[in-house]
Amino acid sequence: MSIEPTTLPVRSGEDVVKVRQAVRTLAMDLGFSLVDQTKVITAASELARNTLTYGGGGEVRIERLNQGPKRAGVRLTFEDRGPGISNIDLALTDGFTTGNGLGLGLNGARKLSHEFDIWSQPGVGTRVTITRWK
Amino acid sequence: MDRVPILRLGDCLLVTVQVDMHDELAMTLQDDLTNKIVATKARGVLIDISALEMVDSFIGRMLGNIAAMSRILDARTVVVGMQPAVAITLVELGLSLPGIRTALNVDAGLALLRRMLDEGGEGTHVD
Ligand SMILES: Nc1ncnc2c1ncn2[C@@H]1O[C@H](COP(=O)(O)OP(=O)(O)O)[C@@H](O)[C@H]1O
Ligand SMILES: [Mg+2]
Repeated sequence: MSIEPTTLPVRSGEDVVKVRQAVRTLAMDLGFSLVDQTKVITAASELARNTLTYGGGGEVRIERLNQGPKRAGVRLTFEDRGPGISNIDLALTDGFTTGNGLGLGLNGARKLSHEFDIWSQPGVGTRVTITRWK
Repeated sequence: MDRVPILRLGDCLLVTVQVDMHDELAMTLQDDLTNKIVATKARGVLIDISALEMVDSFIGRMLGNIAAMSRILDARTVVVGMQPAVAITLVELGLSLPGIRTALNVDAGLALLRRMLDEGGEGTHVD
């Protein structure tokens, strides 16, 4: 796998599958345990689906973090130019959904990550970045 | 378009979910299964997810929908074969799969279904 970050489109259900596969490949390559691989791909799946469903599609940047031999990680940045989120705290509340989901994805992705950052502006778009260290 | 195969085992249906199931396929499966339960008058549904590398809230919701829908059609659902890493992640995600019975593998799942069907034979109907 190349050292450069990869950017993948998130425009269909099949793209979501491809995102999961790419994240799995990187996490395996970095030597993540099976449980840690599963956590990061599950978080990726939740965020990719939000990008698709609510953001109207967008893209994800997949980065390999290598800060010394003992600090390897995966960083994922999901970005869309959709309607944005007017109340981020509310969106992060378990059970809150404006669609017909379970309302667990956004906060679930946060729980499954070591670092979580969200930026959103109504009418402009949404960007969510997560990092999981090995 | 591809579909998830549904096998008939006596009065039960066995669904083996493949790896990397995308969302459209999950929706199709819900519809196919509803039709099949009605067509075969199945009493039980066994969903084997041992090939799934993860269960996110979308797939969790699908499993819950299938269980609820089979219940309305008077069938019971058991989910079998969840990988340990998947189970650990589900708990951390905050997804508890309410109303879904689980078993380790297909054999244990069939045995559980049999018990559920024997017990639930009477008194489940409110007319
Ligand atoms: N990329 C996004 N763009 C706009 N709104 C979003 C985005 N991601 C999440 N949201 C909002 O946050 C809510 C909660 O998201 P989530 O926890 O994933 O639950 P669900 O997907 O089940 O609705 C969504 O219902 C939606 O209103
Ligand atoms: Mg979601």
